Amino acid sequence: MLQSWRKLYAKSENTQAYSLLSPALILVAVAMLVPMMLMLSFSFFTQVSMMEIDFSFTFQRYIDFFQKNLLVTLLIKSVKISFLVTLITLITAYPVCYYIAFYVKKNKMLWLVLLTLPFWTSYLLRVFSWKIILGTKGVINSSLINAGLLSEPLTFLMYSETAVVITLTHAWAAFALLPLYVSLEKIDFSLIEAGRDLGLSRFEVFWKITFPLSLPGVIGAILIIFIPTVGDYVTPALLGGTDGRMLSNMIQAYFGKANNIPLGAASATIMLTTVAIITIIVSNVTKRLTQRLS
Amino acid sequence: MNNSFIQINNISKHFADVKAVDDVSFEIKEGEFFSLLGPSGCGKTTLLRLLAGFEYPTTGNLFIDGVDITELSPDKRPTNMVFQNYAIFPHLNVEKNIQFGLRKLGLSNDEINNRVKDVLTLVKLEGYEERFSNQLSGGQRQRVALARALVRQPKVLLLDEPLGALDKKLRDEMQLELRTLQKNIGITFVFVTHDQQEAISMSDRVAVMNNGKIQQLSAPNELYKNPENIFVSDFIGETNFLKVMTKSSEGEFINASIEGLGEFKIKNNLNIAENSSDVVCSVRPESMMISKVKSDWDICLEAKIRQTSYLGEMTRFYVEAKGIDKVITVSSQHFDNQSFADNECFISISLEDISILNKK
Repeated sequence: MLQSWRKLYAKSENTQAYSLLSPALILVAVAMLVPMMLMLSFSFFTQVSMMEIDFSFTFQRYIDFFQKNLLVTLLIKSVKISFLVTLITLITAYPVCYYIAFYVKKNKMLWLVLLTLPFWTSYLLRVFSWKIILGTKGVINSSLINAGLLSEPLTFLMYSETAVVITLTHAWAAFALLPLYVSLEKIDFSLIEAGRDLGLSRFEVFWKITFPLSLPGVIGAILIIFIPTVGDYVTPALLGGTDGRMLSNMIQAYFGKANNIPLGAASATIMLTTVAIITIIVSNVTKRLTQRLS
Repeated sequence: MNNSFIQINNISKHFADVKAVDDVSFEIKEGEFFSLLGPSGCGKTTLLRLLAGFEYPTTGNLFIDGVDITELSPDKRPTNMVFQNYAIFPHLNVEKNIQFGLRKLGLSNDEINNRVKDVLTLVKLEGYEERFSNQLSGGQRQRVALARALVRQPKVLLLDEPLGALDKKLRDEMQLELRTLQKNIGITFVFVTHDQQEAISMSDRVAVMNNGKIQQLSAPNELYKNPENIFVSDFIGETNFLKVMTKSSEGEFINASIEGLGEFKIKNNLNIAENSSDVVCSVRPESMMISKVKSDWDICLEAKIRQTSYLGEMTRFYVEAKGIDKVITVSSQHFDNQSFADNECFISISLEDISILNKK
């Protein structure tokens, strides 16, 4: 019995592959696919009263979404905040990775570990510490007031879009470092020397050689940051106030206090679709950009 | 022809406390195929990188065609480099790789296209314009790297062990091709290699380097025939070193007592000091003769064959001779295999094949 199984196992590469993949496949199916299908189906229902849902099929929730200005505005705001977070992270992380990849000779790993050190504390703790830094009586405001540079605290720092962007940028920077570092590290330094040797300035060499060759890392970093931040609701809930609220906070409300599960499900589906479309656009545009640059 | 086309004046390059290049001065002629030869870590690559502008010297000056280039960045120098790993841009095809360095020269599009076409013909890569680096063989990549550097028509082409990654057969072919190419286009080549055979067969002149210093700079046949010190003699070709004591000198000769051979008058080209033991005697394996019967050469020693290795074009004998406490290598093409069955033999040396070298 066991032998015949073994034979079957050894014979087919597919059986081998699927048996190795099965733990992950089962997990994905149970923990992702089923809930997603449930959410998708709920988005076609109607909330009649507190406890009662009408299970007849309708597209009305999607129409509701686009008729509620607030929801559309929040979707746009979510995308905008994520876009800013991604952009700022890239601009700050890229030079650091460039430095480590090309100029640090010894202990590169130590540098990377040190950079990711803040990320060893919990996400929630980091969000709260930003509260202490940015608050009305926080580190920045009180030191500026004590120094006599301000008479009243800066209000845009806390409970605002700014606070959300700063906190999210800091929270996700570590995840951008790694793909960027790996793609830069892979670039053979003699390619950069060859560029200089062939008459290009440092700046031209960067745009014509280093940057195009690091694009896989850039795309990786964009997706790794954009996708999770667009759906983040902890940071906007704690630091966003009314100004920094994002669509995910509203979705959370629909599943909770506002008690409109079908509308919440429809909003989540729309958000998912938006993220998917943006992801596709980003990878296509960057691919084009590479070809254009070269 | 300009005899001091490239001037290297008292160049030193220190990395932390390592003297990679140590106060080196020499000149390279215009249109010359010049090789820097030495073991790894001898400073040859550093010297080439100093010429390219990837490193700046700690002290000293560099001139190319009368212009001081010591402080110039690589993009401002009249040099181009063929890298050891070729450094072909992986995101560009062959044509774009070759055009890469032309954009900044301010040429018209027609001129650019013509130059690319010409250089592709020169390196025999017509039809490969659209290929990418990963679709090329090692030899083809090497040609692309060469084309990319040559298309800019530099005054000096720098080559950093460009043949190192190729297999033996292809390497021999490329050696011949590079040599012909260089003679045809007349650009000065500075070629770095650790392969003595490569340097000797291709170059007009060779600088042998060790420990950041030039050990000897001369034409290839001079390096082989008249090495100036023990390092060069050992590095170029093969040789046997014997212990020796110098005695009095007589004009251009010096009396020397050589281990196992006796006392002889040897030509003294290198100002060897009298009464010195800080010298060594060198005899090339192929300058000796091995025979069954005694010969009438200047020196003929009774010997015993310890080991034989057949190398195809010649056979190498490892022999022990009376009075020499060291195995001597003798290479020969002409011998009768049968006759050495009992391992008894004679080895003969002609006095003119013995050279005496300073140990330092």
